[in-house]
Amino acid sequence: MKETKIKTKNLTLFYGAKMALNSISVDIPENEVTAFIGPSGCGKSTFLRTLNRMNDLIPGVKITGEVLVDSLNIYDKQIDVVNLRKKIGMVFQKSNPFAKSIFENVAYGPRINGITDRKKLEEIVERSLKNAFIWEEVKDRLHDSAMGLSGGQQQRMCIARTLAVEPEIILMDEPASALDPISTAKIEELIFELKKNYTIVIVTHNMQQAARVSDLTAFFYLGELIEFGKTKKIFTSPDKKQTEDYITGRFG
Amino acid sequence: MNNPDQKEYRFTRDSLRKKFRLSEFLSEKIITGVAFLSITIIVLIFFFVFKESLPIFRSEKKAAVKVESIQKQEQYGVDTSVTSNASGQEQYGVTTKDTLMIENQAPERDTVAHGSEQATLKSLVGKQWLPVSDNPRYGLIPLIVGTLKITLIAMLFAAPIAILAALFSASFAPYWLREIIKPAIELLAGFPSVVIGFFALMVMASFFQNIFGYDGRLNAFVGGVAMALAAIPIIFTITEDALTAVPRTYTEASLALGATRWQTALFVTLPAATPGIFAAILLGIGRVFGETMIALMATGNAAMISANPFESVRTLAATIGAEMAEVVFGDTHYSVLFLIGSLLFIFNFSLNAMAEFWVKGKLVKRFQGKQS
Ligand SMILES: Nc1ncnc2c1ncn2[C@@H]1O[C@H](COP(=O)(O)OP(=O)(O)OP(=O)(O)O)[C@@H](O)[C@H]1O
Ligand SMILES: [Mg+2]
Repeated sequence: MKETKIKTKNLTLFYGAKMALNSISVDIPENEVTAFIGPSGCGKSTFLRTLNRMNDLIPGVKITGEVLVDSLNIYDKQIDVVNLRKKIGMVFQKSNPFAKSIFENVAYGPRINGITDRKKLEEIVERSLKNAFIWEEVKDRLHDSAMGLSGGQQQRMCIARTLAVEPEIILMDEPASALDPISTAKIEELIFELKKNYTIVIVTHNMQQAARVSDLTAFFYLGELIEFGKTKKIFTSPDKKQTEDYITGRFG
Repeated sequence: MNNPDQKEYRFTRDSLRKKFRLSEFLSEKIITGVAFLSITIIVLIFFFVFKESLPIFRSEKKAAVKVESIQKQEQYGVDTSVTSNASGQEQYGVTTKDTLMIENQAPERDTVAHGSEQATLKSLVGKQWLPVSDNPRYGLIPLIVGTLKITLIAMLFAAPIAILAALFSASFAPYWLREIIKPAIELLAGFPSVVIGFFALMVMASFFQNIFGYDGRLNAFVGGVAMALAAIPIIFTITEDALTAVPRTYTEASLALGATRWQTALFVTLPAATPGIFAAILLGIGRVFGETMIALMATGNAAMISANPFESVRTLAATIGAEMAEVVFGDTHYSVLFLIGSLLFIFNFSLNAMAEFWVKGKLVKRFQGKQS
């Protein structure tokens, strides 16, 4: 097994008085794809969002426990959330391009990081779009509105936008849930490529997808981590009955 | 598929140490400051209005003293209008009227020399508005210029303040504060303009005179600032709605890319809401344009063409308000006033239509794709 990139220790989260995560401890390895599965409302997104502190934005959230990235506690008071999020990118379930051109969308991250040189921006945009396998489709319309892209293209452009910031970890919350099989296949292929350089955590409702793209799988249920291990093992001979029931569709 | 320059990929305490961002700090402080200052001033003004009415409820002796001092203030108001006849309660009603009459040059006297229709038409584009002189001239230009001037002044004040306050409320204020600011300002939108006008006439005029030292107590500047007070709540409310209507996914996308809250507000939220903000400004202009009471009370009402903000102006709406009681039914003057009314109507109608259809169409396009 590869080196641990993200480690959580007894991570517990409350939305007001409601407990959404109950003492989660996992080790997520570097340069691998880790999938979170589990029924709706079990806390997958919540957990994913604790990893880049997106939950900070929600009023009334209380978090205890630790999240260590490269053994650095990201909830430490000294940590700069803005810089942290530059290193931990996030792709959302619903593609969310800005109402700007494709170029401006991808250049947004580098721009806020102070890159103003047009040449350099063009370079970054091209590289990011290529890495997200969408360059060929958009290279002639870079200055058209991103809203005019198809859903699948939008999602890949959002991935390119995340790549442009050069993060080390990419969190994906059901990135393909709203896409057709062809776009989904493209995204999966992309994830496969990306894991060479990035640590990837992906939430998905699609069992086949989890089985196809991930190296490790975590099964959540009602805010608890039920089982975590190699994807092969989870999908062929899970330790827990609950996991097996969920995977085989005999759940609830 | 190779990463740029295989740099050392590690999370370290140093690379993630909390940073002080000067621009972030300044902009947040400025925005908060402006928002708070303007909100406080507006609220204070309304308190002042209430406070000044309190003496009536105190013991009679005190009340008498207060009335005297109010009369004294009233004198200021009359300074420019030359005459200051009789003192006493009745004067309130009369003062502004007096001012108007004087600028009309000659009161009541039936229009003696009616120019031919041709002449009237020609005079419409003239530079003089002398509807009740022996040789009446109905030049609309000074009225239009006056209206535009006061609208410009009002918007220069109202738009930035209202937009910054809205940005603060929508993007920076904690939830509880937002729940207070928004309804409070919305309530102010319903404040009768006669009270704002009264306040401008009594207090603001002297206040600004002390600062800028101009001669005419009532002028475009005073009127414009007073109108800004009336326009701020409208612009604020609509801008705030437009800002909060920007999908949360936008903000999240921006923050997840490592943008600060300020960058997100400025580069994502604000641009995404521009059509709505534009609509807000249009409606604010419409409000100022049609505002009669404040114009009547605080602008001095002299119809002249000048670029000086401290000169008196007469607006289209105020002209109708001031002269309606003096015109002869069916007279040319009478028709001209209705022409002004039509102008106002057409203008406001187009503003609203523009805000409604054009801007909405643009918003829909923006969030649903198509070329931009
Ligand atoms: N902002 C919030 N405020 C209060 N409760 C929340 C909030 N967000 C999520 N929750 C609650 O926390 C629990 C976990 O939600 P979460 O979104 O993490 O589930 P999920 O596993 O991602 O579900 P799905 O598969 O449907 O996306 C749910 O019960 C949800 O109602
Ligand atoms: Mg979810």
